[in-house]
Amino acid sequence: MSETPLLRVDELSKAFGGVQAVNRVSFDLNKGDLLGIIGPNGSGKTTTVNLITGFVKATGGRVMFKGQEITRLAPYKIVRLGIARTFQMVKPFYQLPAFKNMIIPLYSPRVKALVGGKYGDRNAVALDLLEEVGFERDAQVAYKAASVLPQGYLKRLELAKAIALQPELMILDELFSGLSLAEVASIVPIIEKLLLEGKTIIMIEHRLKELFRIANRVIVLNFGRKIAEGSAKEVMESDEVKKAYLGSEE
Amino acid sequence: MKKRRERIDRGIKVRAEDIFAVCSWREMLYLSAPRLLPIVGFIVLPLILGVYWQRVLLSVAIFALLAISWDILAQSGMVSLGQALFFGMGAYCSGILNHYFGISPFVTIPIAAVVGGAICTVLLLPVLRLRGVYFAMVTLIIPLMLERVIEATKIFGGTEGISGLTSLPSTWLELYILLAAVLAALFGFRRLMTSDYGLVLKGIQDNDRSVMNAGINIYWFKIQALFIASVVGSFAGAMMTHVYRFVGMPVFALDYSILPIAAAMVGGPGSFAGATLGAFILVPLSEALRALGGLRIVFYGVFLVIFVVGLPEGIFHFVARKYHQFERWVEVEK
Ligand SMILES: Nc1ncnc2c1ncn2[C@@H]1O[C@H](COP(=O)(O)OP(=O)(O)O)[C@@H](O)[C@H]1O
Ligand SMILES: [Mg+2]
Repeated sequence: MSETPLLRVDELSKAFGGVQAVNRVSFDLNKGDLLGIIGPNGSGKTTTVNLITGFVKATGGRVMFKGQEITRLAPYKIVRLGIARTFQMVKPFYQLPAFKNMIIPLYSPRVKALVGGKYGDRNAVALDLLEEVGFERDAQVAYKAASVLPQGYLKRLELAKAIALQPELMILDELFSGLSLAEVASIVPIIEKLLLEGKTIIMIEHRLKELFRIANRVIVLNFGRKIAEGSAKEVMESDEVKKAYLGSEE
Repeated sequence: MKKRRERIDRGIKVRAEDIFAVCSWREMLYLSAPRLLPIVGFIVLPLILGVYWQRVLLSVAIFALLAISWDILAQSGMVSLGQALFFGMGAYCSGILNHYFGISPFVTIPIAAVVGGAICTVLLLPVLRLRGVYFAMVTLIIPLMLERVIEATKIFGGTEGISGLTSLPSTWLELYILLAAVLAALFGFRRLMTSDYGLVLKGIQDNDRSVMNAGINIYWFKIQALFIASVVGSFAGAMMTHVYRFVGMPVFALDYSILPIAAAMVGGPGSFAGATLGAFILVPLSEALRALGGLRIVFYGVFLVIFVVGLPEGIFHFVARKYHQFERWVEVEK
């Protein structure tokens, strides 16, 4: 295929002192894909996300987004080009009520450019977006201080903040971790809806069962290296993957 | 039997938040008193005070502005130990313009506020990426360094400073300009910080990574907050120069860095009203203690410690809570 992929990661590497956190990882991502990235703890998944989104500077390799090199751009510039991410450790703006947390991404120059200047009432847009991710409108939860929200709502808030930026590519770092089965089941349809809307998504996950149901491709990292790539089934049949997962559970 | 304290909003607060507010004098007074009180106080005080306490009030206003300036930075995630930099820069700018170019204070003060603020912002640009205590250390050191530079190079009067500057026409005018500035800063910046723009600044204090992740250039926003705070501090310095008709090395002294922070802490960090209230308590107190000579610092220090330990939320938040809520003891099961 000659079409340029939405995202191309090419030999991407990062060393923290002596630790090779990410080691020559390459993959392509086409528009509309849902790519899963899995691997044992400390295998370099979050670092890969940090490299793509500019929060960590690469020691080698390149990242291309829509044919443009973004490898060493500042995080805010990468967001403006259309990549939004969530953090594994969700840290909301604790001082603010949940819906006021949404004002900050809605204030983003990216949103301003997309909406064409004036946004109107950001509070109303914030409440709409929160409802989309499961904040019940008549329950007062959207008005509560972020510091008292339970984990499930914090994760939803984190997702809503990324959606608010109207990105083309969303990277969700362990969105499901710390959530109950029921909570995961209620978030999966939101992600399916995002895919239908034409978004491209990368999901880092430990909850393999839920991930495999929605991902159309998976890559596996171990000690910073990509050790397998393919459909969920192909990947789990690889000996190297079995060994990596068995090794990490001992 | 265990007991715990329960806090309940006063009935009048609940009513006043609703439509009833416009139907009754009591509710309207309840709502407007916190705003009217400082305004009326600021108009009346200069008229009833004697010459000595008018001077003290001038100092109060100066330190209130510096404390507000400190709080703008604090609320935007920058901890400064160097309000003296802003103060001194404004003071020298207006002094130089007045002495060497003979420009009237009515022109030098606004120019010094903006130009002094711009110079301070540029000076601190390289360290804006430093966080927390590292940023604080640099802001602490720069004014002390400038003091030494002036001493060593003997520029702008060196250790002697520049004296014989033009003063404003009357003490009352000085007072009213300063008090109006405090009021404008108090209400203006409070409005700014509750706007969407202000939310972004507060977001930087809370979690700068997450603000970056919203596609917002946090350094650009920090530069803006720094400039606003610098202008406020430089304005205070420029005013003081024309009040004393003198500018010299002491404008970079530690006092102008430390007292504003103490005022903000005692008054209530995170609110401009708290910062102002703190200045209104600490500056007169430090004047009253002057008679004690050397022991003054000890009393002052003890007072500060008692406050920070006993009322960490600050006086303003304490008073505001008492105004809006009442407390009662309720029994806890078990
Ligand atoms: N900021 C950092 N400084 C030093 N080492 C780091 C840093 N971030 C991650 N690492 C190391 O890089 C490796 C990969 O970490 P990470 O990407 O967080 O793994 P994962 O998300 O797959 O659990 C780990 O060995 C971790 O200790
Ligand atoms: Mg991780």
